[in-house]
Amino acid sequence: MHKYALSAADSEKTLAGIARNVRCHSVQMVHRAKLGHTGGDFSAADILVTLYFGALRVDPQQPAAPDRDRFILSKGHCSAALYATLAMRGFFPQEELREFMEPLSRLNGHPNRTELPGVEANTGPLGHGLPIAVGAALAAKLDGAAWRTFVLTGDGELQEGSNWEAFMAAAHYHLDNLVVIVDRNGIQQGGATESILSLEPLAEKFRAFGFAVREADGHDCPALLDLLESVPFEPGRPSCVIAHTTKGKGVSFMENKAEWHHGVPTDAQLAAALEELGCKSGCETCD
Amino acid sequence: MIERFDCRDAFAATLESLAEADSRIVAVVNDAVGSTRLGNFKRRFPTRLFNAGIAEQNMVGIGAGLANGGKIPFVCAASCFLTGRAMEQVKVDVAYSRANVKLCGMSSGLAYGQLGPTHHSVEDLAWTRAIANLTVIVPADPLETAQAVRVIAATEGPVFLRLSRIPVPQVHPADYQFQVGVATVLRPGNDLTLIANGTMVSRALEAARLLSAAGISARVLNMATLAPLDRDAILDAAESTGAIVTVEEHSIYGGLGGAVSEVTAGACPVPVRILGIPARFAPTGTAEWLFEYFGLTPQGIFAAALDLVETRVRR
Repeated sequence: MHKYALSAADSEKTLAGIARNVRCHSVQMVHRAKLGHTGGDFSAADILVTLYFGALRVDPQQPAAPDRDRFILSKGHCSAALYATLAMRGFFPQEELREFMEPLSRLNGHPNRTELPGVEANTGPLGHGLPIAVGAALAAKLDGAAWRTFVLTGDGELQEGSNWEAFMAAAHYHLDNLVVIVDRNGIQQGGATESILSLEPLAEKFRAFGFAVREADGHDCPALLDLLESVPFEPGRPSCVIAHTTKGKGVSFMENKAEWHHGVPTDAQLAAALEELGCKSGCETCD
Repeated sequence: MIERFDCRDAFAATLESLAEADSRIVAVVNDAVGSTRLGNFKRRFPTRLFNAGIAEQNMVGIGAGLANGGKIPFVCAASCFLTGRAMEQVKVDVAYSRANVKLCGMSSGLAYGQLGPTHHSVEDLAWTRAIANLTVIVPADPLETAQAVRVIAATEGPVFLRLSRIPVPQVHPADYQFQVGVATVLRPGNDLTLIANGTMVSRALEAARLLSAAGISARVLNMATLAPLDRDAILDAAESTGAIVTVEEHSIYGGLGGAVSEVTAGACPVPVRILGIPARFAPTGTAEWLFEYFGLTPQGIFAAALDLVETRVRR
């Protein structure tokens, strides 16, 4: 019986080490399910781990605690990375990751809050996470509560107009308890964001919409954590982190390739990916 | 002259009264504070009315987020925009997520009259009824509107409440109590059943009086909840009266008539005549003129019912 667990290398429990394990989990999940979004899983892995093992005030034992921080994965197609992160954080058993997309599994291709502890919003169609996050942040403000709302969006996703409606509302209501992180890997399903519908100058656009903006290396976990622990960047304004990332980060033949948006690795590609990630044969996460 | 009421007033008064007692009750609107009758709510609870601006997708998403934060949001907008513009948010953020959001579609059906098909909302019931987890309620008068608002506020779960601005008479007795999923017999009868909801209920009752004068005993059933549907009431009507006319201020496809037919077709096939708006965009005219145009009048219902009964006799 296969077991998911932290590998020996990750017993150091560095954020980067945990993120490597998230990548190992998620690529195996996608390989097994023959379906998934490895490119985006890998670009988001360091951000997710920095949130769940650093910035977020959440308790896996009390996933519905009223004063928990909320995290909404707006790019819901990167569910494998989210599930791996949630499982490693203790929201549900890591063994369950094997059931990703299996019939009747709680681990649907896109996250479902009604079934899986730790999921705050059902996402999948793009441009949904931010409006929900704005609503959650408004609720906290109304109660004078200290909990914050974090949302991770894709970059291509920002082509959906609903995000810009939400940006306007976030600034209008002075939601400095809201943090938007953009996984700026530059590539969407059909190619480079700038070739399909350009987003730049993205930081300027966020600033024009009333956000306090910081740009960061989305794979530098300690720096990212420092940044996320300093929110709000400006009182009275929502915070935005444009996290510069690499799609497919960590596996050379997947990096910066649009085809790995939803590419499924062959057995040989999986072996090569695990090798490169440092999940060598014998590691608990490997088949 | 029978007194008629704009059900939005009962809606707004009830919501204010609930908000007074429960701080979790909040409202979300798309700028339409006046046409949702929430001006007084805004004055009384200024921090608890969130105006999303003219941005319905964000408005519905905000509703889902407020529910995640423990609030009971009433998300109010003209039904055509609430459903048509934000359908995916209704499906995913609210229904699939089982968010405790109360979606209030105002001025539904043909209420906007001469403003035309862009503002008519005659598809909203077909759209919402097809979505799992979503309770769909169409009250017929101010009493039922007020009670429906109280019941849905007290019950966890996503709801679409379809309201009109067209004045209607009181059709329920003072001791009536609305229950989700329970249809109400407003008039007994044996020869056929008129099933209606919303603005059409009072018209169905008038048609039943005309039928009575012609020697036909028509039962009138108010199907105020379209989802979950009161199957038992429909099957009882089919079995004991043998013919059904449905009347709705909605497309004849996918709404009340469709819902009733889905039940009868499988379990008790009887003739069902569906009155509503055919699959074409309405011409220019006031709501009242359009009701005449589409036969949604007591006389139009009477004629359709008479024809159905006579057709059945000829068989």
